[in-house]
Amino acid sequence: MLLTDEKISELKEKANDIRISIIEMLVEAKSGHTAGSLGMADIFTLFYFHILKQDPKNPSWEERDRVVLSNGHICPVLYATMAHAEYFPVEELKTLRKFGTRLQGHPHREYLPYVETSSGPLGSGLSQAVGMALADKMNKKDKDRFIYCFMSDGELDEGNTWEAVMLAGKNKLRNLIAIIDRNNIQIEGMTEEVMPLEPLHSKWKSFNWHVIEVSGHNFNSLNEVIEEAQAIKDKPTVIIAHTIPGKGVKEFEKNYKWHGKAPNKEEGEMAIEELRNYRP
Amino acid sequence: MLNPKLKLNPKIFNNDVEQAPIRKGFGQGLVEAGEIDSNVVGLSADLTESTQMNLFADKFRERFVQVGVAEQNLVTVASGMAAMGKIPFCSSYAMFSPGRNWEQIRTTISYNNQKVVMAGSHSGVSVGPDGGSHQALEDIALMRVMPNMDVVSPCDAIEAKKATLAVAKTSNPAYLRLVREKTPIITTEETPFALGKAEIYWMPDVGLAQVGIIVTGGLMHRALLAAKELEAEGIKTKVMNLSSIKPMDKDAVIALAKECKKIVTVEEHQIAGGMGSAVAEVFAANYPIMIEFVGVQDKFGQSGTPNELIEHYGMGKNSIKEAVKKVLKRKI
Repeated sequence: MLLTDEKISELKEKANDIRISIIEMLVEAKSGHTAGSLGMADIFTLFYFHILKQDPKNPSWEERDRVVLSNGHICPVLYATMAHAEYFPVEELKTLRKFGTRLQGHPHREYLPYVETSSGPLGSGLSQAVGMALADKMNKKDKDRFIYCFMSDGELDEGNTWEAVMLAGKNKLRNLIAIIDRNNIQIEGMTEEVMPLEPLHSKWKSFNWHVIEVSGHNFNSLNEVIEEAQAIKDKPTVIIAHTIPGKGVKEFEKNYKWHGKAPNKEEGEMAIEELRNYRP
Repeated sequence: MLNPKLKLNPKIFNNDVEQAPIRKGFGQGLVEAGEIDSNVVGLSADLTESTQMNLFADKFRERFVQVGVAEQNLVTVASGMAAMGKIPFCSSYAMFSPGRNWEQIRTTISYNNQKVVMAGSHSGVSVGPDGGSHQALEDIALMRVMPNMDVVSPCDAIEAKKATLAVAKTSNPAYLRLVREKTPIITTEETPFALGKAEIYWMPDVGLAQVGIIVTGGLMHRALLAAKELEAEGIKTKVMNLSSIKPMDKDAVIALAKECKKIVTVEEHQIAGGMGSAVAEVFAANYPIMIEFVGVQDKFGQSGTPNELIEHYGMGKNSIKEAVKKVLKRKI
């Protein structure tokens, strides 16, 4: 189903606000992960402002969809999106990574009760999402809601990931949908130089997943493939979302050095000015 | 004498004392836990029968998950199931879980504070012929250093069953240390068991004990044999069953130290970091006394029969007796 022009406009503006929040919080924190956070802002906006079965006023609503952020280092985009979605005040974003904060450097589910699990060390999110989907299957709730697992491409280096991929394929987990932030970067450089992942599509397909590729920045395409994924009844689905790391700020785009670096004050000001001037 | 209040197995010192594998008690306990609470689920990494989870898997087919030879996935999938209200029990050999998947346990279970129970079977050298690569001698150390994690090492199959039922009911994660080989039955169904409570299984007929022998796990029988022979030789000891390594019954442990001032610890584990280390920490901070540690002395295991290996690595009855006599002679 196509999104209306109005809806797309709304989403673009929201995503832009979220990008501004991401830059502000990283500058304030003086450390954190910029590239992946900015790259995933469109996808997170679509999820929290259109896709998810959720209730920010009742965050532990039993029937809700589950979101597992396996690549926990991009928590600035998770925190910023959840704040704009009214899970907690936007004001709180400036406490990222500070002593006493609920917004830990990598998410902790006891510090911030709105996140489903703690994460940080890579490669375990999908296993947990598989566990959630298995529980749903046992409880016959796998037709009522979805388990979404966000992953980075770099973390596909971890063997644990493939154990989860195998098990999900074996058990045909219909309500499990993985979304890979295919931004082609990792800490030390381009993924295809550090540890090549291609052919990625056929790898997942051979493990009995339904595989979809899409641009990570087109709301209509994204919405369409998510609907396609939700309609698959006999397999888990992986959406390989091609994103531009650092998207939204020209200076940061496609540069792997921005994976784990936060902008300083000047860089932050430059970025925010560019984002403020953005017209959808 | 055996502590009359605990209703221990009266046939402990008989040649034909009943024997059963500690892992079997876990298997039976898990079935019962599954009957009590339908949220209990079982996960296995291709070792269902040898960890005795097959009893649960056969009875509750829809509540059992086979992950194949994938121990990292094993515990992490369990964490995800716990997030949905299940009470997951994972089993594998201790060498692989927590051996291989320690970080996933730390991050997704301990740090994340999701309740999962991990059963690590085939602990100690008594794994036997499979050899050193399969003999977990470090698992108590690995698990006791994790916050939120209870660590229980039952002394026999009956205690293992009770321990399994007990950890099913708590709200935090737990590790159950199990043994492959059958060991003598020490307790009875009527023997009290409580998580975090240590009991004295052997005490002098009259008078105070000169040495406290603190034991965890399947070596309990050898420790009791040692105590009985020492009694006949005029050396009075108390033997404590420290099955709950974490939480530890610190009051009982300190009380034993105050009475005896000399302690021998006994475990089928490296001396470094195990139960002996754990009690030494308590003594050093509260009531410093002299300790002899009986355990593996910084070596790996090897192939052999369980009996041969326990004797070879200095954990047999005579080694325990020697440790008692050694600590008796020590002076500050």
